[in-house]
Amino acid sequence: MIIVRGLKMRHESVKNYCLGIESTADDFSVGIVTFDGRILANVINAYVSESGGIHPREAAQHHSQVAEEVVAQALKEAKISSDQIDLVAFSQGPGLGPCLRTGATVARAIAAYLKIPLVGVNHCVAHIEIGKLTTGIRDPVTLYVSGGNTIVAAFDAGRYRVFGETLDIAVGNCFDVFAREAGYRQKEGLPFGAIIERLATKGQTYISLPYSVKGMDMSFSGLLTAILHLLRKGEHPIEDLCYSLQETVFSMLTEVTERALAHTEKPGILLTGGVAANKRLQSMLKTVAEEHNTKFCVVPKQYALDNGAMIAWTGILAYKNGLTLPIEQSFVRLKWRLDEVEVPWVKT
Amino acid sequence: MGEDLNYTMEDAVLLKKGAEANLYLKEWYGRKVIVKQRIGKKYRLPQLDRHIRAYRTVHEPQLMHRAKKAGVSTPTVLLIDTENAEIYMEYIEGKQLKQVLNEMPPEKRLKISSSIGELIGRLHKNMVIHGDLTTSNLILTPEDQIVLVDFGLGELSQELEARGVDLHLLKRAFESVHFKFAQECFNKVMESYARIIGEEEAKKVLEKVREIEKRGRYVSERKQR
Repeated sequence: MIIVRGLKMRHESVKNYCLGIESTADDFSVGIVTFDGRILANVINAYVSESGGIHPREAAQHHSQVAEEVVAQALKEAKISSDQIDLVAFSQGPGLGPCLRTGATVARAIAAYLKIPLVGVNHCVAHIEIGKLTTGIRDPVTLYVSGGNTIVAAFDAGRYRVFGETLDIAVGNCFDVFAREAGYRQKEGLPFGAIIERLATKGQTYISLPYSVKGMDMSFSGLLTAILHLLRKGEHPIEDLCYSLQETVFSMLTEVTERALAHTEKPGILLTGGVAANKRLQSMLKTVAEEHNTKFCVVPKQYALDNGAMIAWTGILAYKNGLTLPIEQSFVRLKWRLDEVEVPWVKT
Repeated sequence: MGEDLNYTMEDAVLLKKGAEANLYLKEWYGRKVIVKQRIGKKYRLPQLDRHIRAYRTVHEPQLMHRAKKAGVSTPTVLLIDTENAEIYMEYIEGKQLKQVLNEMPPEKRLKISSSIGELIGRLHKNMVIHGDLTTSNLILTPEDQIVLVDFGLGELSQELEARGVDLHLLKRAFESVHFKFAQECFNKVMESYARIIGEEEAKKVLEKVREIEKRGRYVSERKQR
């Protein structure tokens, strides 16, 4: 057994390890995943801005400064050496240009130096795939909510189809702006969403806010304006504001998810993305899943945020279907939509 | 209110169970009526739940009324009950267009397509977006009149995107159930649509429809039943 495995390692055609690089926004992350789906390393290094939101250039600078260290740390955690890597995957989009380009540059350099294939991965597809890998759910309706994206999607005819999405800002973005305006500071390991969630549990009075579901799409910018207005008026305790914000936003998300579920009759709901960690959102979706007699799964916390492991895993899926990317064609795609991507590895 | 208004739902027959609302058929003061009842959702706060259902129960008839004023036939609304989130409306005798479009003679089919285009043109000209334009929501009466039902996903909008989505949904419905003559029906729809809304605007909307198609976004397998 041991001898056979040793031979396999040295054999040219047997692939084992994929290194994935994620750099769409404020996180620079490297993950290492085996071709059979074991996650060996997932190192995340977040850029925390002094004030305000993500400054693309500063975030990109942060990424280039920590890249070497994060790659080394991932290799160390996976207990492999760089020459054992068989494949490099990177998030090709959608995201912030300077950040994406930094990650892409690192990926190209590793691929060229080690003379191994390169795969470009769609960030949104990766969030769905890591959810499926880590929870074992098959063919779900996915609610993907993060700082930059709010999408309800389900697989049909070769692609993940978008059933509903935000028409303006993402849920995470809405939460971040509100928390920042309320005077909270982001710290590493404590995202704004977690601060809001904690305050919301102490909220008691529901304050009416704009509830905006248009067909299958949602809008959060008007709601943000309304709650910022209430915040500045200073008539309501912050706990009640957080409570009302969460209740309104999550009801909208759950309503659209339920519609997609009823329409597609898929066997389950998958919650993924940075906001997936929120317990209240989880409980709402669980209620819907129970009413429809379907499964409900949440991606584990460490894979909910932007991470390299999801890029590595999706890279493997793409590679197995012959989707490699020549370096000269590996430009980044800032507005690469989820439903533009063929996913030949999904079969239903 | 109680007994006087024949308010009980005991004799009602459930016609359709939806994600948001149930449709019942019942006798009401000697006439057949449809009751659309918006269901409460356990996942959201009772207060928010009541508000949303009451709002939509009022909003939907408003859109229907606006459509009527624009010259589009919709069921007459008889009673709005915000407390129970129910809309009582006229029962339309007829068949869903989906069931009869395939069987009718070609000339009639084109004539009907032409009326549909006119109807959508009138809606859009008056800012009404239907939001779920499929051949299931178009009722053909025995007098060959077309009645548009279910404004549950409707909105007021003048945006090209919303108009494009409306027509795209209709095109998709044609393609999925009436594929043999989907294209000629849709062409006829666009022809009369342009007559109402203007050639210029119709051209822009058609371009939008093509863009939406390419996006692959609304290629949802809308199951027609």
